[in-house]
Amino acid sequence: MDEKILDEIIAHYPSQSGKTLGILREIQIREKHIPMDTLKLLSGKIDVPLSRLYALVTFYSFFSLKPVGEHLITVCMGTPCHVKGAEKILESLEEHLGISEDTQDGKYLQTTPDNKFTVEIARCFGACSMAPVLRVDGELHGYVTPEMIPKILEKYGWKR
Amino acid sequence: MIITSHEDLESVRKRGLTKIQPKHPRIGVGTSSCGIAVGGMQIFDRMQELIQKEGYDITLVKTGCIGFCKEEPIVSVTIPGKSQVLLHKVRPDDAERIIALALKGEIPEDLALCRIPDWDHITGNLVYGDGFESVPDYGEIRFFSHQKKVILRDSGLINPEDIDEYIGIGGYSAAFKALNSMDPDTIIEEVKKSGLRGRGGAGFPAGLKWEITKKAPGTEKFIVCNADEGDPGAYMNRNEMESDPHMLLEGMLIGAYGMDVHEGLIYIRAEYPLAIERLTLALDQARAYGLLGKNILNSGFDFDIQIATGAGAFVCGESTALAASIEGKTGRPRLRPPRLTEKGVFGRPTDLNNVETWCNVPVIITKGATWYSDIGAKGNTGTKVFSLVGKVENIGMVEVPLGTSLRTIIYDIGSGGAGGKEVKAVQTGGPSGGCIPVRLFDTPVDFENLNMVGTMMGSGGLVVMDEDTNMVDIARYFINFASSESCGKCVPCREGLKHLLLILNRIVSGKGTRDDIEILKELSDTVQKTSLCGLGQTAPNPVLTTLQYFGEEYEKLIAPEGK
Repeated sequence: MDEKILDEIIAHYPSQSGKTLGILREIQIREKHIPMDTLKLLSGKIDVPLSRLYALVTFYSFFSLKPVGEHLITVCMGTPCHVKGAEKILESLEEHLGISEDTQDGKYLQTTPDNKFTVEIARCFGACSMAPVLRVDGELHGYVTPEMIPKILEKYGWKR
Repeated sequence: MIITSHEDLESVRKRGLTKIQPKHPRIGVGTSSCGIAVGGMQIFDRMQELIQKEGYDITLVKTGCIGFCKEEPIVSVTIPGKSQVLLHKVRPDDAERIIALALKGEIPEDLALCRIPDWDHITGNLVYGDGFESVPDYGEIRFFSHQKKVILRDSGLINPEDIDEYIGIGGYSAAFKALNSMDPDTIIEEVKKSGLRGRGGAGFPAGLKWEITKKAPGTEKFIVCNADEGDPGAYMNRNEMESDPHMLLEGMLIGAYGMDVHEGLIYIRAEYPLAIERLTLALDQARAYGLLGKNILNSGFDFDIQIATGAGAFVCGESTALAASIEGKTGRPRLRPPRLTEKGVFGRPTDLNNVETWCNVPVIITKGATWYSDIGAKGNTGTKVFSLVGKVENIGMVEVPLGTSLRTIIYDIGSGGAGGKEVKAVQTGGPSGGCIPVRLFDTPVDFENLNMVGTMMGSGGLVVMDEDTNMVDIARYFINFASSESCGKCVPCREGLKHLLLILNRIVSGKGTRDDIEILKELSDTVQKTSLCGLGQTAPNPVLTTLQYFGEEYEKLIAPEGK
């Protein structure tokens, strides 16, 4: 991330309350992950040890150190989605995108070899009325069935 | 413009009212997160394009969510002098027809869900008028007729992005009254008398917490709104913030004045971008009117609110973890006492209340403690908003007086199982709660009665399970959730939950033994009794309640050789 942009983000937080997580959130949203270089740069700028920043980025599920593909698919794993078959949605995604389930400490993040799609899971994004739901690049898709997955993916440039 | 007098507030109120009830047709499109996801924004954009192109005399606004999620996208049409009509399951293709009819003073009857002749916003009453008699009245719709809207009084009816509309229906008049004519201690007294209990789950008396914070030594204090709605299956707070953000800000302002605190924080989950956006806008608008900042409403009182974002850690619902998170640390809880009211954010006395708790405050001040405490049950006053989700026919946001039975909520409002299936249980309280079987559905929904059947109120998610739901799998689901959200600080939670999960996995895969069931019970008991914070202490509830009420489902999964 450009140093100037980082400075602008830091300037959004004149007070200490919520500052560090707020900055990290903005970086995550902008870059779709937290680049290690940015984290190092930030450490010096806000005078927080890199070890502390690293702890935050690995503790909170909203952040990711790994870059993601062109499109980010988030599958909701909340209770209503679970009882309405979220597992099957995830399986269908894995099957169509040719990725496999491999969770580490509950963090699930899979990217296709062509770097087109990344699939992650979320606890719940509070769109329970449309369960099961998934989100692609910030756009919500509700009432999803496994059969709908190819059509959704095609919208984002996936080819059978 | 800075509002400094009653006259100023009145002039804004009048302006707001003409925005809600203009002299020409007004169309509101439900655009909270779920409304947008089912096409609300496309409808709005299409309508905007048409109105701008043709220069039609129509007011088009975004509204929040009226709560009937199943019927979305919902569009409201107000023809001057006539009942407001809610249209349901609207598609972008309908935009042109809705506009053409509205210009003629008509509505597309085939899309009409119900009509609203008048509406009690509690802080103000709006009369729309008669007309459209062929459309059912709001009160005739089963989903609505059993509800009582206090917190959701404005949701779906006003534009959450325009402070004038909130003021138009009497918003900020409670704050004006409080700051200009009430003694701060009287405010706390009033909230205590109302019986308002914390809506985040634990049900601690809100007024008492305010009093403790006020009496805590120190001059620099915080009030914090917990908007880190983490329970899966719960989205009341998101809806409240997206649909009526000023209700929250006004509640916090009144509370701050009562407690004599000058700094407020809203700790909100990063997963709610639209709520963050609308709150940020609401804060700017409130500042522009002088409703936040220095010398608010010319009362001499200073107060402002900042947003602090969470980052996806369920444990941050725990007060001490939440405070750590605001300070920029990992959200790991610490032992209490000291409580937050004594030593909170940056070591300063901090009052922490849930979004919905704050949202109750303006009406308590407007209508008085007695009016409020007449709603609900003894010791459980007021209403509570629930998200009625899962395998229920009428999915949506439901507000009922505390003490309403689960049966009323699930069968009368929810119309029972989705697609005519048999309801088996309802899960309340998120990962900390439990599953209640149908035979206990006469249980009144209040803090104590839910505890008695082994679960808890939590923040208000009600996830309905039907005959096809495997209850052992549900227990495993929650333990998996709690285990991955455990912060890892204490052993019973970190290791205990992991082993509960291993055992449940074994049982679900058909390899469990009778001993496993005994160990489940014993280990659950240990985790409950010895964990550091609420996460661990309540995490075994889904296991214990499913064992208690659905033991036969565990039995069926035990391998024959294990019997």
